[in-house]
Amino acid sequence: MSNPLDELYREIILDHYRAPRGKQPISKVDITSDGQNPSCGDEIAVQVTMDDGTVKDVHVDCKGCAISVASGSMLAEYTKGKSLEEVKKIVGAVKSMLKGDESEIPAELADLDALKGVRKFPVRIKCALLAWMTLIEGLKNYENGKGGHQKTVSTEDEE
Amino acid sequence: MTYETDSAASAKLAGTSTLDVSRIRTDFPVLGRMVNGHRLVYLDNAATSQKPKSVIDAHSEYYSRFNANIHRGLHTLAEEATSAYEDTRKHVANFIGGVDSREIIFTNGTTEAINLVAQTWGEQNIGPGDEILITEMEHHANLVPWLVLSQKKQAVLKRIPLTGEGRLDLGNLDNLISDRTKLVAISHMSNVLGTINPVKHIGEVSHSYGALVLIDGAQATPHMPINVKDLGADLYTFSAHKMLGPTGVGVLWGRADLLEAMPPFNTGGEMIREVHFDRVSFNELPHKFEAGTPNIAGVVAFDRALTYLEELGMENVRQHEIELSGYAIKRLLEIDGIEIQGPLDPQLRGGAISFTDATLHPHDISTFLDSKGIAIRAGHHCAQPLMRTMGKLATARASLYIYNDKDDIDVLVQALREMRRYFGL
Repeated sequence: MSNPLDELYREIILDHYRAPRGKQPISKVDITSDGQNPSCGDEIAVQVTMDDGTVKDVHVDCKGCAISVASGSMLAEYTKGKSLEEVKKIVGAVKSMLKGDESEIPAELADLDALKGVRKFPVRIKCALLAWMTLIEGLKNYENGKGGHQKTVSTEDEE
Repeated sequence: MTYETDSAASAKLAGTSTLDVSRIRTDFPVLGRMVNGHRLVYLDNAATSQKPKSVIDAHSEYYSRFNANIHRGLHTLAEEATSAYEDTRKHVANFIGGVDSREIIFTNGTTEAINLVAQTWGEQNIGPGDEILITEMEHHANLVPWLVLSQKKQAVLKRIPLTGEGRLDLGNLDNLISDRTKLVAISHMSNVLGTINPVKHIGEVSHSYGALVLIDGAQATPHMPINVKDLGADLYTFSAHKMLGPTGVGVLWGRADLLEAMPPFNTGGEMIREVHFDRVSFNELPHKFEAGTPNIAGVVAFDRALTYLEELGMENVRQHEIELSGYAIKRLLEIDGIEIQGPLDPQLRGGAISFTDATLHPHDISTFLDSKGIAIRAGHHCAQPLMRTMGKLATARASLYIYNDKDDIDVLVQALREMRRYFGL
Protein backbone atom coordinates (compact mmCIF):
# COMPACT_ATOMS: atom_id res chain seq x y z
CA MET A 1 0.00 0.00 0.00
CA SER A 2 1.92 2.98 -1.20
CA ASN A 3 -0.24 6.07 -1.49
CA PRO A 4 -3.27 7.36 0.43
CA LEU A 5 -5.54 6.87 -2.58
CA ASP A 6 -4.78 3.14 -2.69
CA GLU A 7 -5.20 3.02 1.10
CA LEU A 8 -8.66 4.54 0.72
CA TYR A 9 -9.74 2.44 -2.23
CA ARG A 10 -8.21 -0.89 -1.22
CA GLU A 11 -8.98 -3.83 -3.46
CA ILE A 12 -11.42 -5.19 -0.83
CA ILE A 13 -13.31 -1.87 -0.85
CA LEU A 14 -13.47 -1.77 -4.63
CA ASP A 15 -14.66 -5.38 -4.69
CA HIS A 16 -17.53 -4.59 -2.30
CA TYR A 17 -18.30 -1.42 -4.28
CA ARG A 18 -18.48 -3.22 -7.63
CA ALA A 19 -20.55 -6.12 -6.28
CA PRO A 20 -22.34 -5.00 -3.11
CA ARG A 21 -23.60 -7.79 -0.84
CA GLY A 22 -27.13 -7.67 0.50
CA LYS A 23 -28.66 -6.25 -2.66
CA GLN A 24 -31.52 -8.78 -2.75
CA PRO A 25 -34.70 -7.54 -1.11
CA ILE A 26 -35.86 -9.57 1.91
CA SER A 27 -39.42 -10.75 2.36
CA LYS A 28 -39.78 -10.47 6.14
CA VAL A 29 -38.64 -7.08 7.50
CA ASP A 30 -38.21 -6.93 11.27
CA ILE A 31 -35.81 -4.01 11.45
CA THR A 32 -35.81 -1.11 9.02
CA SER A 33 -33.89 2.14 9.11
CA ASP A 34 -32.97 4.90 6.66
CA GLY A 35 -29.88 7.09 6.58
CA GLN A 36 -28.96 10.12 4.55
CA ASN A 37 -26.04 12.53 4.41
CA PRO A 38 -27.57 15.55 2.66
CA SER A 39 -24.27 17.30 1.98
CA CYS A 40 -22.96 14.27 0.04
CA GLY A 41 -26.30 13.15 -1.27
CA ASP A 42 -25.67 9.65 0.12
CA GLU A 43 -28.86 7.67 0.85
CA ILE A 44 -29.11 4.27 2.47
CA ALA A 45 -31.84 1.88 3.55
CA VAL A 46 -31.00 -1.04 5.86
CA GLN A 47 -33.46 -3.88 6.50
CA VAL A 48 -33.02 -6.97 8.64
CA THR A 49 -34.86 -10.27 9.05
CA MET A 50 -34.52 -11.63 12.60
CA ASP A 51 -34.81 -15.27 13.63
CA ASP A 52 -34.70 -16.25 17.28
CA GLY A 53 -32.55 -13.28 18.33
CA THR A 54 -30.18 -13.71 15.40
CA VAL A 55 -29.76 -11.70 12.21
CA LYS A 56 -31.01 -14.04 9.54
CA ASP A 57 -30.85 -11.81 6.50
CA VAL A 58 -29.79 -8.24 5.65
CA HIS A 59 -30.78 -6.02 2.78
CA VAL A 60 -28.80 -2.84 2.11
CA ASP A 61 -29.74 -0.35 -0.59
CA CYS A 62 -27.16 2.42 -0.81
CA LYS A 63 -26.92 5.22 -3.33
CA GLY A 64 -23.66 6.97 -2.69
CA CYS A 65 -19.91 7.00 -3.02
CA ALA A 66 -17.66 3.93 -3.17
CA ILE A 67 -16.90 4.20 0.53
CA SER A 68 -20.51 4.30 1.70
CA VAL A 69 -21.55 1.52 -0.69
CA ALA A 70 -18.62 -0.71 0.30
CA SER A 71 -19.24 -0.04 3.97
CA GLY A 72 -22.92 -0.99 3.57
CA SER A 73 -21.93 -4.13 1.70
CA MET A 74 -19.54 -5.13 4.49
CA LEU A 75 -22.29 -4.54 7.00
CA ALA A 76 -24.55 -6.93 5.08
CA GLU A 77 -21.84 -9.56 4.94
CA TYR A 78 -20.58 -9.39 8.52
CA THR A 79 -23.76 -9.02 10.51
CA LYS A 80 -25.50 -12.02 8.97
CA GLY A 81 -25.81 -14.90 11.44
CA LYS A 82 -24.82 -12.74 14.42
CA SER A 83 -26.79 -12.15 17.60
CA LEU A 84 -27.89 -8.59 18.35
CA GLU A 85 -25.19 -8.37 21.02
CA GLU A 86 -22.53 -9.46 18.53
CA VAL A 87 -23.83 -6.99 15.97
CA LYS A 88 -23.53 -4.17 18.50
CA LYS A 89 -19.97 -5.23 19.25
CA ILE A 90 -19.07 -5.17 15.56
CA VAL A 91 -20.60 -1.74 15.07
CA GLY A 92 -18.75 -0.49 18.15
CA ALA A 93 -15.45 -1.85 16.81
CA VAL A 94 -15.99 -0.26 13.38
CA LYS A 95 -16.90 3.06 14.98
CA SER A 96 -13.81 3.13 17.19
CA MET A 97 -11.58 2.08 14.31
CA LEU A 98 -12.89 4.87 12.09
CA LYS A 99 -12.38 7.33 14.88
CA GLY A 100 -8.74 6.40 15.26
CA ASP A 101 -8.73 3.51 17.76
CA GLU A 102 -5.73 1.32 16.86
CA SER A 103 -6.98 -1.85 18.59
CA GLU A 104 -7.37 -4.81 16.29
CA ILE A 105 -10.56 -5.74 14.55
CA PRO A 106 -11.44 -9.38 15.44
CA ALA A 107 -9.76 -11.81 13.05
CA GLU A 108 -13.00 -13.14 11.56
CA LEU A 109 -13.87 -9.56 10.54
CA ALA A 110 -10.46 -8.79 9.06
CA ASP A 111 -11.89 -7.28 5.89
CA LEU A 112 -13.40 -4.44 7.88
CA ASP A 113 -9.85 -3.31 8.53
CA ALA A 114 -9.84 -2.09 4.91
CA LEU A 115 -12.09 0.82 5.95
CA LYS A 116 -9.17 2.24 7.92
CA GLY A 117 -7.96 4.10 4.81
CA VAL A 118 -10.66 6.75 5.26
CA ARG A 119 -8.92 8.08 8.35
CA LYS A 120 -6.54 9.97 6.07
CA PHE A 121 -9.59 11.58 4.41
CA PRO A 122 -11.48 13.15 7.33
CA VAL A 123 -14.44 14.28 5.21
CA ARG A 124 -15.04 10.68 4.12
CA ILE A 125 -15.30 9.18 7.62
CA LYS A 126 -19.00 10.02 7.70
CA CYS A 127 -19.45 8.03 4.46
CA ALA A 128 -17.96 4.93 6.07
CA LEU A 129 -20.05 5.39 9.22
CA LEU A 130 -23.43 5.90 7.59
CA ALA A 131 -24.50 2.25 7.15
CA TRP A 132 -23.47 1.28 10.68
CA MET A 133 -25.16 4.20 12.38
CA THR A 134 -28.30 3.55 10.34
CA LEU A 135 -28.34 -0.06 11.51
CA ILE A 136 -27.85 0.97 15.16
CA GLU A 137 -30.86 3.28 14.98
CA GLY A 138 -32.93 0.41 13.59
CA LEU A 139 -31.75 -1.93 16.36
CA LYS A 140 -32.62 0.62 19.02
CA ASN A 141 -36.16 0.93 17.73
CA TYR A 142 -36.49 -2.84 17.41
CA GLU A 143 -35.45 -3.37 21.01
CA ASN A 144 -37.79 -0.64 22.19
CA GLY A 145 -40.59 -2.49 20.48
CA LYS A 146 -40.98 0.22 17.87
CA GLY A 147 -41.08 -1.56 14.56
CA GLY A 148 -40.85 0.28 11.31
CA HIS A 149 -39.05 3.38 10.26
CA GLN A 150 -38.51 6.08 12.88
CA LYS A 151 -36.09 8.87 12.02
CA THR A 152 -33.59 9.26 9.20
CA VAL A 153 -30.01 8.92 10.41
CA SER A 154 -27.23 11.29 9.38
CA THR A 155 -23.55 11.06 10.26
CA GLU A 156 -22.79 14.59 9.14
CA ASP A 157 -22.93 16.04 12.61
CA GLU A 158 -20.92 13.16 14.16
CA GLU A 159 -17.77 14.31 15.89
CA MET B 1 -13.17 20.20 -35.92
CA THR B 2 -10.47 17.92 -34.51
CA TYR B 3 -8.53 18.29 -31.32
CA GLU B 4 -4.91 17.29 -31.04
CA THR B 5 -4.11 15.64 -27.76
CA ASP B 6 -0.43 14.70 -27.78
CA SER B 7 1.62 16.88 -25.48
CA ALA B 8 3.57 18.80 -28.11
CA ALA B 9 0.42 19.73 -29.94
CA SER B 10 -1.45 20.69 -26.81
CA ALA B 11 1.45 22.87 -25.61
CA LYS B 12 1.09 24.77 -28.87
CA LEU B 13 -2.65 25.00 -28.36
CA ALA B 14 -2.40 25.71 -24.65
CA GLY B 15 -3.53 29.33 -24.69
CA THR B 16 -6.56 30.63 -26.50
CA SER B 17 -6.56 33.27 -29.18
CA THR B 18 -7.65 35.98 -26.75
CA LEU B 19 -5.65 35.62 -23.52
CA ASP B 20 -1.95 34.96 -23.00
CA VAL B 21 -2.52 32.32 -20.35
CA SER B 22 1.14 31.44 -19.81
CA ARG B 23 1.90 35.06 -18.92
CA ILE B 24 -1.22 35.34 -16.73
CA ARG B 25 -0.22 32.22 -14.82
CA THR B 26 3.01 33.86 -13.64
CA ASP B 27 0.92 36.47 -11.78
CA PHE B 28 -0.72 33.82 -9.56
CA PRO B 29 1.71 32.47 -6.94
CA VAL B 30 -0.46 29.51 -5.91
CA LEU B 31 -0.44 28.10 -9.44
CA GLY B 32 3.23 27.23 -8.98
CA ARG B 33 2.29 24.81 -6.22
CA MET B 34 2.56 21.03 -6.36
CA VAL B 35 -0.36 19.01 -4.96
CA ASN B 36 0.11 15.32 -4.20
CA GLY B 37 3.19 15.28 -6.41
CA HIS B 38 1.51 16.93 -9.39
CA ARG B 39 1.25 20.44 -10.79
CA LEU B 40 -1.87 22.07 -9.32
CA VAL B 41 -4.67 22.19 -11.89
CA TYR B 42 -7.18 24.53 -10.32
CA LEU B 43 -10.68 24.01 -11.73
CA ASP B 44 -12.79 25.17 -8.78
CA ASN B 45 -13.20 28.78 -9.84
CA ALA B 46 -16.96 28.89 -9.43
CA ALA B 47 -16.36 28.34 -5.72
CA THR B 48 -13.57 30.91 -5.48
CA SER B 49 -10.90 32.22 -7.82
CA GLN B 50 -7.20 32.39 -7.09
CA LYS B 51 -5.60 35.81 -6.43
CA PRO B 52 -2.91 37.58 -8.44
CA LYS B 53 0.16 38.93 -6.65
CA SER B 54 -1.10 42.52 -7.07
CA VAL B 55 -4.16 41.73 -4.94
CA ILE B 56 -2.18 39.83 -2.30
CA ASP B 57 0.34 42.71 -2.14
CA ALA B 58 -2.38 45.38 -1.87
CA HIS B 59 -3.91 43.51 1.04
CA SER B 60 -0.62 43.37 2.87
CA GLU B 61 0.30 46.95 1.90
CA TYR B 62 -2.84 48.25 3.58
CA TYR B 63 -1.84 46.59 6.86
CA SER B 64 1.83 47.53 6.62
CA ARG B 65 1.43 51.14 5.41
CA PHE B 66 -1.93 52.73 6.16
CA ASN B 67 -4.05 50.55 8.42
CA ALA B 68 -6.62 52.86 10.00
CA ASN B 69 -10.36 52.96 10.43
CA ILE B 70 -12.13 54.80 7.66
CA HIS B 71 -14.33 57.92 7.70
CA ARG B 72 -14.19 60.67 10.33
CA GLY B 73 -10.49 60.11 11.05
CA LEU B 74 -8.47 63.31 11.05
CA HIS B 75 -5.03 61.81 10.66
CA THR B 76 -3.00 60.88 7.61
CA LEU B 77 -3.46 57.12 7.83
CA ALA B 78 -7.23 57.44 8.26
CA GLU B 79 -7.40 59.75 5.26
CA GLU B 80 -5.34 57.36 3.14
CA ALA B 81 -7.44 54.37 4.18
CA THR B 82 -10.70 56.24 3.55
CA SER B 83 -9.60 57.39 0.15
CA ALA B 84 -8.42 53.88 -0.90
CA TYR B 85 -11.73 52.41 0.32
CA GLU B 86 -13.84 55.02 -1.46
CA ASP B 87 -11.72 54.77 -4.63
CA THR B 88 -12.67 51.11 -4.84
CA ARG B 89 -16.33 52.07 -4.59
CA LYS B 90 -15.92 54.37 -7.61
CA HIS B 91 -14.00 51.66 -9.41
CA VAL B 92 -16.78 49.12 -8.82
CA ALA B 93 -19.33 51.69 -10.05
CA ASN B 94 -17.38 52.02 -13.29
CA PHE B 95 -16.82 48.28 -13.62
CA ILE B 96 -20.54 47.49 -13.76
CA GLY B 97 -21.39 50.08 -16.37
CA GLY B 98 -20.73 53.50 -14.90
CA VAL B 99 -23.35 53.86 -12.19
CA ASP B 100 -23.50 56.43 -9.38
CA SER B 101 -20.99 55.28 -6.73
CA ARG B 102 -23.54 56.08 -3.97
CA GLU B 103 -25.41 53.07 -5.32
CA ILE B 104 -22.55 50.69 -4.47
CA ILE B 105 -23.02 49.07 -1.05
CA PHE B 106 -20.19 46.91 0.27
CA THR B 107 -21.31 43.75 2.06
CA ASN B 108 -19.39 40.67 3.14
CA GLY B 109 -20.54 38.74 0.07
CA THR B 110 -23.38 38.02 -2.32
CA THR B 111 -25.26 36.10 0.37
CA GLU B 112 -25.27 39.09 2.68
CA ALA B 113 -26.21 41.42 -0.18
CA ILE B 114 -29.31 39.35 -0.98
CA ASN B 115 -30.21 39.00 2.71
CA LEU B 116 -29.90 42.76 3.04
CA VAL B 117 -32.54 43.23 0.36
CA ALA B 118 -34.80 40.54 1.83
CA GLN B 119 -34.61 41.99 5.33
CA THR B 120 -35.05 45.65 4.36
CA TRP B 121 -36.95 46.02 1.10
CA GLY B 122 -38.64 42.64 1.57
CA GLU B 123 -39.66 43.40 5.14
CA GLN B 124 -41.22 46.68 4.03
CA ASN B 125 -42.80 45.67 0.72
CA ILE B 126 -43.87 42.02 0.88
CA GLY B 127 -47.25 41.16 2.37
CA PRO B 128 -49.78 38.30 2.44
CA GLY B 129 -50.62 37.01 -1.03
CA ASP B 130 -47.73 38.84 -2.71
CA GLU B 131 -45.59 36.76 -5.03
CA ILE B 132 -41.84 36.39 -5.42
CA LEU B 133 -40.60 34.66 -8.55
CA ILE B 134 -37.27 32.79 -8.64
CA THR B 135 -35.95 30.01 -10.89
CA GLU B 136 -35.36 26.31 -10.34
CA MET B 137 -31.61 26.78 -10.79
CA GLU B 138 -31.03 29.19 -7.90
CA HIS B 139 -28.14 28.87 -5.48
CA HIS B 140 -29.39 28.63 -1.89
CA ALA B 141 -28.21 32.24 -1.43
CA ASN B 142 -30.91 33.46 -3.82
CA LEU B 143 -33.53 31.00 -2.64
CA VAL B 144 -33.49 30.61 1.14
CA PRO B 145 -33.84 34.38 1.90
CA TRP B 146 -36.95 34.49 -0.32
CA LEU B 147 -38.34 31.23 1.07
CA VAL B 148 -37.95 32.47 4.65
CA LEU B 149 -39.39 35.89 3.78
CA SER B 150 -42.40 34.46 1.97
CA GLN B 151 -43.12 32.06 4.84
CA LYS B 152 -42.90 34.91 7.33
CA LYS B 153 -45.15 37.20 5.28
CA GLN B 154 -47.56 34.55 3.96
CA ALA B 155 -46.36 35.43 0.48
CA VAL B 156 -46.07 32.93 -2.38
CA LEU B 157 -42.73 31.77 -3.78
CA LYS B 158 -43.02 30.78 -7.43
CA ARG B 159 -40.37 29.45 -9.77
CA ILE B 160 -39.49 29.41 -13.44
CA PRO B 161 -38.96 25.76 -14.48
CA LEU B 162 -36.09 24.40 -16.56
CA THR B 163 -35.91 22.73 -19.94
CA GLY B 164 -34.22 19.34 -20.25
CA GLU B 165 -31.11 21.13 -21.44
CA GLY B 166 -30.89 23.15 -18.23
CA ARG B 167 -32.11 26.47 -19.61
CA LEU B 168 -35.04 28.47 -18.25
CA ASP B 169 -38.35 27.43 -19.73
CA LEU B 170 -39.91 30.83 -20.42
CA GLY B 171 -42.89 29.45 -22.35
CA ASN B 172 -45.16 30.02 -19.37
CA LEU B 173 -43.56 33.24 -18.09
CA ASP B 174 -46.66 35.36 -18.58
CA ASN B 175 -48.61 33.00 -16.33
CA LEU B 176 -45.92 33.02 -13.66
CA ILE B 177 -45.75 36.80 -13.40
CA SER B 178 -48.79 38.87 -12.51
CA ASP B 179 -49.73 42.09 -10.77
CA ARG B 180 -49.21 40.22 -7.50
CA THR B 181 -45.53 39.65 -8.34
CA LYS B 182 -43.45 42.09 -6.30
CA LEU B 183 -40.00 40.72 -6.99
CA VAL B 184 -38.27 38.58 -9.59
CA ALA B 185 -34.96 37.26 -8.19
CA ILE B 186 -32.88 35.38 -10.73
CA SER B 187 -29.37 34.15 -11.23
CA HIS B 188 -27.49 35.74 -14.14
CA MET B 189 -25.40 32.59 -14.58
CA SER B 190 -26.01 29.23 -12.91
CA ASN B 191 -23.23 27.99 -10.64
CA VAL B 192 -24.20 24.40 -11.46
CA LEU B 193 -25.35 24.37 -15.09
CA GLY B 194 -23.30 27.30 -16.34
CA THR B 195 -26.44 28.58 -18.11
CA ILE B 196 -26.48 32.30 -18.86
CA ASN B 197 -30.04 33.45 -18.34
CA PRO B 198 -31.86 36.02 -20.53
CA VAL B 199 -32.15 38.38 -17.57
CA LYS B 200 -32.82 41.43 -19.73
CA HIS B 201 -35.86 39.83 -21.34
CA ILE B 202 -37.16 38.52 -18.00
CA GLY B 203 -36.59 42.00 -16.55
CA GLU B 204 -38.68 43.64 -19.26
CA VAL B 205 -41.57 41.27 -18.67
CA SER B 206 -41.25 41.72 -14.89
CA HIS B 207 -41.23 45.50 -15.15
CA SER B 208 -44.34 45.45 -17.31
CA TYR B 209 -46.13 43.96 -14.27
CA GLY B 210 -44.49 46.42 -11.89
CA ALA B 211 -42.19 43.84 -10.27
CA LEU B 212 -38.64 44.67 -9.19
CA VAL B 213 -35.76 42.65 -10.61
CA LEU B 214 -32.87 41.42 -8.49
CA ILE B 215 -30.08 39.66 -10.35
CA ASP B 216 -27.64 37.37 -8.54
CA GLY B 217 -24.47 38.12 -10.50
CA ALA B 218 -22.05 36.09 -8.35
CA GLN B 219 -21.17 33.79 -11.26
CA ALA B 220 -21.59 36.24 -14.14
CA THR B 221 -19.64 39.30 -12.98
CA PRO B 222 -16.23 37.56 -12.91
CA HIS B 223 -16.65 36.23 -16.44
CA MET B 224 -18.29 38.76 -18.76
CA PRO B 225 -18.83 42.50 -19.22
CA ILE B 226 -21.64 43.70 -16.95
CA ASN B 227 -23.73 46.80 -17.42
CA VAL B 228 -26.44 46.71 -14.77
CA LYS B 229 -28.52 49.47 -16.36
CA ASP B 230 -28.39 47.90 -19.78
CA LEU B 231 -29.53 44.62 -18.20
CA GLY B 232 -32.54 46.43 -16.77
CA ALA B 233 -31.73 45.33 -13.21
CA ASP B 234 -33.07 47.15 -10.17
CA LEU B 235 -30.69 45.34 -7.84
CA TYR B 236 -27.52 43.41 -8.72
CA THR B 237 -25.24 41.45 -6.38
CA PHE B 238 -21.80 39.83 -6.63
CA SER B 239 -18.74 38.75 -4.63
CA ALA B 240 -15.12 39.92 -4.89
CA HIS B 241 -13.57 36.53 -4.14
CA LYS B 242 -14.86 34.89 -7.30
CA MET B 243 -13.24 37.61 -9.43
CA LEU B 244 -9.61 37.62 -8.19
CA GLY B 245 -10.43 39.66 -5.07
CA PRO B 246 -10.29 38.77 -1.37
CA THR B 247 -12.92 36.80 0.53
CA GLY B 248 -15.32 38.74 2.74
CA VAL B 249 -16.22 41.48 0.26
CA GLY B 250 -19.45 41.61 -1.68
CA VAL B 251 -21.36 44.24 -3.57
CA LEU B 252 -25.00 45.24 -3.67
CA TRP B 253 -25.81 47.66 -6.44
CA GLY B 254 -29.28 49.18 -6.33
CA ARG B 255 -31.08 52.09 -7.98
CA ALA B 256 -30.55 55.13 -5.73
CA ASP B 257 -34.28 55.88 -5.39
CA LEU B 258 -34.88 52.31 -4.31
CA LEU B 259 -32.02 52.26 -1.80
CA GLU B 260 -33.09 55.59 -0.38
CA ALA B 261 -36.61 54.32 0.26
CA MET B 262 -35.35 51.13 1.94
CA PRO B 263 -34.98 51.03 5.73
CA PRO B 264 -31.45 50.44 7.06
CA PHE B 265 -30.07 46.91 7.47
CA ASN B 266 -27.64 46.60 10.39
CA THR B 267 -27.70 49.55 12.76
CA GLY B 268 -24.89 51.06 14.81
CA GLY B 269 -21.85 53.14 13.97
CA GLU B 270 -21.25 54.76 10.59
CA MET B 271 -24.81 54.29 9.34
CA ILE B 272 -26.18 57.18 11.46
CA ARG B 273 -26.39 60.92 11.01
CA GLU B 274 -27.41 61.94 14.53
CA VAL B 275 -28.10 59.85 17.61
CA HIS B 276 -29.97 60.84 20.79
CA PHE B 277 -31.18 58.61 23.59
CA ASP B 278 -34.68 58.84 22.22
CA ARG B 279 -34.25 59.22 18.47
CA VAL B 280 -31.88 58.54 15.59
CA SER B 281 -31.53 59.76 12.02
CA PHE B 282 -29.72 57.75 9.39
CA ASN B 283 -26.76 58.54 7.18
CA GLU B 284 -27.09 59.00 3.44
CA LEU B 285 -26.20 56.43 0.78
CA PRO B 286 -24.14 54.34 0.73
CA HIS B 287 -23.21 54.61 4.41
CA LYS B 288 -26.75 53.96 5.59
CA PHE B 289 -26.19 50.28 4.72
CA GLU B 290 -22.63 49.94 5.99
CA ALA B 291 -22.86 49.82 9.78
CA GLY B 292 -19.68 49.07 11.70
CA THR B 293 -16.11 48.73 10.50
CA PRO B 294 -16.12 47.00 7.12
CA ASN B 295 -13.50 44.71 5.56
CA ILE B 296 -11.26 47.64 4.67
CA ALA B 297 -8.23 45.59 3.61
CA GLY B 298 -10.44 43.42 1.43
CA VAL B 299 -12.15 46.34 -0.27
CA VAL B 300 -8.81 48.09 -0.84
CA ALA B 301 -7.30 44.96 -2.40
CA PHE B 302 -10.43 44.34 -4.50
CA ASP B 303 -9.50 47.49 -6.43
CA ARG B 304 -6.45 45.69 -7.88
CA ALA B 305 -8.59 42.72 -8.90
CA LEU B 306 -10.81 45.05 -10.92
CA THR B 307 -7.74 46.65 -12.50
CA TYR B 308 -6.37 43.22 -13.39
CA LEU B 309 -9.61 42.21 -15.12
CA GLU B 310 -9.92 45.54 -16.91
CA GLU B 311 -6.41 45.22 -18.27
CA LEU B 312 -7.32 41.83 -19.71
CA GLY B 313 -10.64 43.19 -20.96
CA MET B 314 -13.87 41.51 -19.88
CA GLU B 315 -14.81 40.85 -23.53
CA ASN B 316 -11.54 38.91 -23.86
CA VAL B 317 -12.22 37.03 -20.62
CA ARG B 318 -15.61 35.99 -21.98
CA GLN B 319 -14.15 35.02 -25.36
CA HIS B 320 -11.41 32.94 -23.69
CA GLU B 321 -14.01 31.06 -21.67
CA ILE B 322 -16.25 30.44 -24.68
CA GLU B 323 -13.29 28.85 -26.47
CA LEU B 324 -12.08 26.90 -23.46
CA SER B 325 -15.55 25.70 -22.37
CA GLY B 326 -16.23 24.52 -25.90
CA TYR B 327 -12.98 22.55 -25.84
CA ALA B 328 -13.65 21.14 -22.36
CA ILE B 329 -17.20 20.04 -23.19
CA LYS B 330 -16.07 18.39 -26.40
CA ARG B 331 -13.22 16.51 -24.67
CA LEU B 332 -15.32 15.47 -21.65
CA LEU B 333 -18.01 14.01 -23.89
CA GLU B 334 -15.39 11.82 -25.58
CA ILE B 335 -15.09 9.86 -22.31
CA ASP B 336 -17.39 6.83 -21.96
CA GLY B 337 -19.94 7.26 -19.18
CA ILE B 338 -19.47 11.01 -18.71
CA GLU B 339 -22.58 13.14 -19.05
CA ILE B 340 -22.71 16.96 -18.88
CA GLN B 341 -25.51 18.85 -17.14
CA GLY B 342 -26.47 22.15 -18.73
CA PRO B 343 -26.28 23.59 -22.24
CA LEU B 344 -23.53 22.22 -24.49
CA ASP B 345 -23.26 25.33 -26.67
CA PRO B 346 -20.54 27.52 -25.10
CA GLN B 347 -22.24 30.66 -26.40
CA LEU B 348 -25.16 29.96 -24.06
CA ARG B 349 -23.13 29.28 -20.97
CA GLY B 350 -20.15 30.09 -18.80
CA GLY B 351 -17.26 27.90 -17.73
CA ALA B 352 -18.89 26.13 -14.76
CA ILE B 353 -19.22 22.63 -16.20
CA SER B 354 -21.11 20.05 -14.14
CA PHE B 355 -20.69 16.45 -15.12
CA THR B 356 -21.54 13.03 -13.78
CA ASP B 357 -20.18 9.56 -14.37
CA ALA B 358 -22.70 6.82 -15.10
CA THR B 359 -21.38 4.77 -12.16
CA LEU B 360 -19.09 6.77 -9.90
CA HIS B 361 -20.23 9.16 -7.20
CA PRO B 362 -18.89 12.73 -7.64
CA HIS B 363 -17.04 12.47 -4.30
CA ASP B 364 -15.03 9.53 -5.58
CA ILE B 365 -14.31 11.50 -8.76
CA SER B 366 -13.10 14.47 -6.74
CA THR B 367 -10.95 12.35 -4.41
CA PHE B 368 -9.35 10.60 -7.37
CA LEU B 369 -8.68 13.84 -9.25
CA ASP B 370 -7.18 15.42 -6.13
CA SER B 371 -4.64 12.61 -6.02
CA LYS B 372 -3.54 13.91 -9.46
CA GLY B 373 -3.35 17.53 -8.29
CA ILE B 374 -6.67 18.49 -9.90
CA ALA B 375 -9.08 20.60 -7.83
CA ILE B 376 -12.75 20.33 -8.79
CA ARG B 377 -15.88 20.49 -6.64
CA ALA B 378 -18.31 17.66 -5.97
CA GLY B 379 -21.67 17.76 -4.24
CA HIS B 380 -24.91 19.68 -4.48
CA HIS B 381 -23.20 23.06 -5.04
CA CYS B 382 -25.64 24.79 -2.67
CA ALA B 383 -28.49 24.01 -5.03
CA GLN B 384 -30.32 21.03 -3.49
CA PRO B 385 -33.69 21.79 -5.15
CA LEU B 386 -31.94 21.92 -8.54
CA MET B 387 -30.27 18.54 -7.85
CA ARG B 388 -33.72 17.05 -7.14
CA THR B 389 -35.11 18.62 -10.33
CA MET B 390 -32.26 17.04 -12.31
CA GLY B 391 -32.72 13.71 -10.51
CA LYS B 392 -29.09 13.74 -9.31
CA LEU B 393 -27.73 13.25 -5.81
CA ALA B 394 -24.73 15.38 -6.66
CA THR B 395 -22.53 16.40 -9.58
CA ALA B 396 -18.83 16.94 -10.17
CA ARG B 397 -18.04 20.43 -11.41
CA ALA B 398 -14.98 21.74 -13.21
CA SER B 399 -15.05 25.52 -13.50
CA LEU B 400 -12.69 27.62 -15.59
CA TYR B 401 -11.06 31.00 -15.39
CA ILE B 402 -8.46 33.23 -17.02
CA TYR B 403 -5.44 31.13 -15.98
CA ASN B 404 -6.80 27.82 -17.27
CA ASP B 405 -5.81 26.52 -20.65
CA LYS B 406 -6.25 23.50 -22.88
CA ASP B 407 -3.40 21.75 -21.06
CA ASP B 408 -5.48 21.84 -17.88
CA ILE B 409 -8.41 20.30 -19.72
CA ASP B 410 -6.18 17.61 -21.22
CA VAL B 411 -4.84 16.75 -17.76
CA LEU B 412 -8.42 16.52 -16.45
CA VAL B 413 -9.57 14.32 -19.31
CA GLN B 414 -6.61 11.98 -19.00
CA ALA B 415 -7.14 11.68 -15.25
CA LEU B 416 -10.84 10.88 -15.74
CA ARG B 417 -9.90 8.08 -18.14
CA GLU B 418 -7.40 6.74 -15.61
CA MET B 419 -10.05 6.99 -12.92
CA ARG B 420 -12.47 4.78 -14.85
CA ARG B 421 -9.72 2.17 -15.29
CA TYR B 422 -8.81 2.45 -11.59
CA PHE B 423 -12.38 1.71 -10.51
CA GLY B 424 -12.59 -1.10 -13.05
CA LEU B 425 -15.19 0.54 -15.30
